[in-house]
Amino acid sequence: MANMSPLLWFGITLGQIALVMIWILLSLAFLLLADRKIWAGVQMRKGPNVVGPFGLLQSFADFLKFVLKEIVIPSGADKVVFILAPLLSFVLAFVGWAVVPLAPGWVVANLNVGILYLLAMSSLGVYGIIMGGWASNSKYPFLGALRSAAQMVSYEVSIGLIIITVILLAGTMNLTSIVEQQSGWIWNWNVFGGGLRNLILAPVMIIAMGMFYISALAETNRPPFDLPEAESELVAGYQVEYSSTPYLLFMIGEYSNIVLMCAMISVLFFGGWNPGFPTPFLNGLPPTAVSIFGFLVFFAKIIFWFFMFAMAKAIVPRYRYDQLMRLGWKVFLPMSLVLVALVAGWRVFGIQA
Amino acid sequence: MALQAIAFYLLAVATVVAGLLVVSARNPVHSVLFLITAFFSAAGLFVLLGAEFLAMLLIVVYVGAVAVLFLFVVMMLDVDFAELRQGFAQYLPIGGLVAGFLTLEMIFVAATVATNGAAGKSAVPMASAPGVPNTEMIGRVLYTDYIFFFQLAGLVLLVAMIGAIVLTLRHKPGVKRQDIGKQIARTPKTGMELVQIKPGEGISE
Repeated sequence: MANMSPLLWFGITLGQIALVMIWILLSLAFLLLADRKIWAGVQMRKGPNVVGPFGLLQSFADFLKFVLKEIVIPSGADKVVFILAPLLSFVLAFVGWAVVPLAPGWVVANLNVGILYLLAMSSLGVYGIIMGGWASNSKYPFLGALRSAAQMVSYEVSIGLIIITVILLAGTMNLTSIVEQQSGWIWNWNVFGGGLRNLILAPVMIIAMGMFYISALAETNRPPFDLPEAESELVAGYQVEYSSTPYLLFMIGEYSNIVLMCAMISVLFFGGWNPGFPTPFLNGLPPTAVSIFGFLVFFAKIIFWFFMFAMAKAIVPRYRYDQLMRLGWKVFLPMSLVLVALVAGWRVFGIQA
Repeated sequence: MALQAIAFYLLAVATVVAGLLVVSARNPVHSVLFLITAFFSAAGLFVLLGAEFLAMLLIVVYVGAVAVLFLFVVMMLDVDFAELRQGFAQYLPIGGLVAGFLTLEMIFVAATVATNGAAGKSAVPMASAPGVPNTEMIGRVLYTDYIFFFQLAGLVLLVAMIGAIVLTLRHKPGVKRQDIGKQIARTPKTGMELVQIKPGEGISE
């Protein structure tokens, strides 16, 4: 890589980015449908089933409809910020994918501080929502944006601390090496403490994983924590005034963030592309085939976690705002601090490698 | 390294322009947004310097948390800028003095760097060992050599936090609060009372 001409490197990186984006957008189209289908299934409805076989093309029909509608900008709105907000939330939802290792050797940017980069990008996501809510020049979006900002900032704290437990276990912030350390049998996954000698940490890490999942629900404004856009209180929260393509960008950004969180859970706790058992049958195969196998495993894990997100949406009733804040600051923050202390203590005083 | 140079000039120009716009924007919310742009470009400059850990920290702490609070406050306060600008002439001498000093300092630093190189002669920074990421280097310095100062800084922050809580936390009497422990501990025995009512008398306490 080092002796490549800069222009070639630039082109190859652009190509990789385009590939990842196309993959995410295509998967989003079907994951969105899956979300609605799962939700419908829980409520014993059929869900979207008109466009295409089983309604498979529903997302594309929605997409066309969004794009063809008129963009309405409310009078008194701050035009630049109003348009910038959905763009920002769309872009920020996608830049995080740059460091996610999709398969052995398949990563756009193999950063040393990959986890921090992910955390930073997910913490920036709040700007799209605040800017959108403020620029709409209306009370409902503004209230939704304020709620959302408070909520996302609160849950970032616990997400950050839980990520620290994983960093302590792995001893690195590079996502690719974190995944590589979890290869082999299923007990090497970080959710079970990362290796047999750390099995005593399994209860700690399982709790950490559960808290990460719940915090991820809150961070992405998913039900049961969808207070920023609680329909029964704020109509649709920060996106009330949005229509057409800007709304579409908000929605794609939101779903991309959700899938990114699913990918993060898989990478940090569930071994990324590792299937959970040794894979000697891959030894003779070309690297591309190994990568494709790893990618399919990783994708399956993402889909599993997306299913869990959808089930939470279908099953759990919405939290009240003070309950949400109480959970974030009074339960998750102290608990994750204790988890960090436990893992750090084990790393220092426990069985060394 | 043409690409690096292009990236540097893009980020540097963005930082300076955003910084200028922070003070010249008419709308305070726009000012904060430009401030965020400036932070972000500065983080990009850090990455170019090879200090990726500091760059990420800058984004997580300043852009992700501190600037959100700025934005929050500015949006809620509804600052009237016409009123703020009234004291412009009055504060101009002091402001100009501070700005002049800062500019002089910056010129001196830039001159020193230009003549002696980035490190100067006196303070040579720790050469980062090859293969050791700078996150690890910072960790070693911070938690081994300067652990006492680090703990002290933490203590100062803790005192500040406790102070803020003590100053603002007050429990008003007469406000009903949810006590989840109490709610869960409720049983039919404590939450329900069976009363025998005689006909024609109603319930008395």
